[in-house]
Amino acid sequence: MTNPQSAPVLKVVDLSLRYLTRGGAVKAVQDVSFELAEGQALGLVGESGCGKTSVANCLMRLLPDNAQLVAGQVLIDGQDILSLTEDKIREYRWQQIAMVFQAAMNALDPVYKVGQQVVEAIEAHGVEATVSLARERVARLFRMVGLDPALMDRYPHEFSGGMRQRAVIAMALACDPRVIIADEPTTALDVIVQDRILRELKGIQQQLHMAVIYISHDIAVIAEVTDRIGVMYAGRLVEYGATEDVFRAPLHPYTAALMGSFPSIAGEKRVLANLSGEPPNLIDPPPGCPFHPRCIHATEVCRQEIPPRVQRGSQWADCWHPLEESAVPESVEAGEV
Amino acid sequence: MEASLAHTPSAETERLVSVSGLTRQFPVGRSLFRRATSFIHAVDDVSFQLSRGDSLGLVGESGCGKTTVGKLLVKLIEPTSGHITYRLPGLDVGEGTENVPVESADISGGQLRAFRRQVQMIFQDPYESMNPRRTIYDTIAEPLAVQGMGTVLDRVDMVSEILMLVGLTPPATFLFRHPHELSGGQRQRVAIARALVVEPSFVVADEPTSMLDVSSRTGIMNLMQQLAHGLGIAYLYVTHDLAVARYMCHRIAVMYLGKIVELGETEELLRNPLHPYTRALLSAVPVPDPGHRREPPNIVGDLTAPIDPPARCRFYDRCPLATHHCRDNPHPAFEEKAPDHWVACYEV
Repeated sequence: MTNPQSAPVLKVVDLSLRYLTRGGAVKAVQDVSFELAEGQALGLVGESGCGKTSVANCLMRLLPDNAQLVAGQVLIDGQDILSLTEDKIREYRWQQIAMVFQAAMNALDPVYKVGQQVVEAIEAHGVEATVSLARERVARLFRMVGLDPALMDRYPHEFSGGMRQRAVIAMALACDPRVIIADEPTTALDVIVQDRILRELKGIQQQLHMAVIYISHDIAVIAEVTDRIGVMYAGRLVEYGATEDVFRAPLHPYTAALMGSFPSIAGEKRVLANLSGEPPNLIDPPPGCPFHPRCIHATEVCRQEIPPRVQRGSQWADCWHPLEESAVPESVEAGEV
Repeated sequence: MEASLAHTPSAETERLVSVSGLTRQFPVGRSLFRRATSFIHAVDDVSFQLSRGDSLGLVGESGCGKTTVGKLLVKLIEPTSGHITYRLPGLDVGEGTENVPVESADISGGQLRAFRRQVQMIFQDPYESMNPRRTIYDTIAEPLAVQGMGTVLDRVDMVSEILMLVGLTPPATFLFRHPHELSGGQRQRVAIARALVVEPSFVVADEPTSMLDVSSRTGIMNLMQQLAHGLGIAYLYVTHDLAVARYMCHRIAVMYLGKIVELGETEELLRNPLHPYTRALLSAVPVPDPGHRREPPNIVGDLTAPIDPPARCRFYDRCPLATHHCRDNPHPAFEEKAPDHWVACYEV
C-alpha cells in the first residue's frame, strides 16, 4: 500500500466459497490466492464448473443466496471488499471493479436505449454531476470501444453481436474502474469480430493502465491477451505464472493436458491428446490431489494427500509430480470415459 | 458451375455426393397478405463433391449458409435450384440399377427411407437433440425400428455394440439411463451412436463439438475420426472453428455470404490461402502460443446479411483487393488456381 507503483491493485487471499444445495455443499472455490498489479492481464482458464466464474462473482460480490463465503479476503488497494456492507459494496462495484458480461447473456435491457443504460450507471455512481456531462462521457466511451456515439440513442436489438459486446465493454468502463473482469467476452462472436474486440480491449487496458481478468475456456485467446495465467481445476488454482512460461513448460499435468487437447491452425498438425474422464463432483471431491483420478502420473501419495506447491521462476503449481521443463505436453488417459 | 464438376479427387464410381449450382433462398417479410419481395440468398450456386471416406470441412462465419448446405444435403430442406446427386448403396431407381447416381429431387416415398439410412446428421446441441423422456436404448433403437433392422431382441445387442464403439462402456450401465443423467460429451456420443447405428455412408455433422468443454471436445473429435476411418464414412463437417476443421478434415471449403469462395486440401489451404476472405479469416484465429504474433486481419466493414445481394462479388464491400473490375462484373467463377485448389476471385 505504501508504494502504489509496486503494490498489487487486487489481492485475493485464500478465497473459499460454497454453494449450499439440497445434495450438499458444493465446494466451488477452494483456497484461491493471487495478485494482480496495475496494467496486468490475468487469464483464468479451466473446464466448465472449475470455479472460474465463481471467483469472478466473489470479486464482484454478485453471489446467489445459497452462496456461502467460507474464508478469504479480496483486497482492492488494501480494502477487503468481502467485509463491506451491502450499501458500501454498491459504491465499490463498478467504480473499483467492473465486469464485462457475455453480451449473449442479455447484459443489455432490450427496452432502454443503449446509451441511456450507460448514462444510468454513471448517474447511479455520481461520477458525473449532470446528465449532459454523463452523456458526453458515454460518447467518449463509445468512441474508445469503436462505436459511433450516434448509436447511443439506438436500442440493443439494432446492434449486431459485436456492437453489443462493445457497448457492454463501454458500460464496464463507465466509472473508471481499477480492475475489469471479462467473463468469456468474445465466446459468442465470430473470429474476425473477436479479433477486433480483443485488440480494442488490450489497447484500452494499456491506455488506462487497468488490471484485467479474462475468464475463458479458450486457451488460444488467453495465450494472446494475458501476461499471467491461472489454471483452475475443481475449484482450486492448480497452476499460476507468466503466460509465456506456463505455455512453454507447464508444471501441472492438468495444464499440459489442457494445452495438448487444443487444436491450432499454426505449426505442425499434431494428434490431440484425449483428456479423458470428467471433473470431480465438488460436493464430495476426491481426497488428495483433485486431479488424481484423471492423471497418468498419479501415485499413492496423490490419492492420499493434498499436493505441495512447487515453484519454478515466475511459475508455481500444486502437484506431487510436477513435469520437467523439457517435457512436451502429453496425453492423460487414466480415467474411464 | 461446370468447372468444379471436373474436380476428381478419386474415381467417378467412388463419388458419393455431387453438388452443383446448389441454391437456396429464404423469403424475407412475407405475410398472409403480402408476397415476399426480398430473399436471403442463404446458399448461392454452391458446387463440390464428396467421395467415399472423404471429409470436407465447411467453414465460415455465422449466417454464411454453411448449416443450410448441411440441411440441404440431408434433405431436411429442399433447394430452390441446383442439383445434389447421390451414389449410395441401396438407393436405386428401378431393378438392376444398384449404385447409379440418383437426384435428390427424385428421392421420395420408399426411396426416402433408404436415403435416411445412408445419410445421417449429427446436431450441434446434445441437450436439445434428444427426447428427455426416452432412454438411451429407445433413442438409439428408434432408427433401427424405422429401418426394420434386426428383431426386437437383436436390437439390444446392436445398441450395446454401438455404445461400446462410441466409448460408452459398459453398455449395460447406459442402456436404460435418460439423457439428463449424462454429461454433454456422453450425450454427444449417444447422438453419434444414433447416427451410426444404421450404418450410413455419409454423415453431416453440424458443429458437433461447439457446445462441449475442451476435454470432451477432443474425445469426440478423435472418436469421429476413428469411426469415419474405420467404417469408411464420408462426412461434411460444418464448423466456424478453422482449427477444428484442420484437425478433422481432408479438405476445407470456406463460405462467405452463401458462396464457397475457396476450396482446397486442408494443409495447402492453410499454408497458401488465396482468397482475401480466407486470408482475413485465418489471420483472425487466435493461436494457443504466447510467442506467436498475428497481423490484424486485412478486412474492412462488418458482416451483412445476403438479402438481394448485387450481382458482383459478394466480398466486394469488405475486400482489400477490390477493383473496378470486381465492382462491374458478376461474382467471379470458381476456378482451379492451383492443383485441387479452387478460388472464386478476380484478383488471385
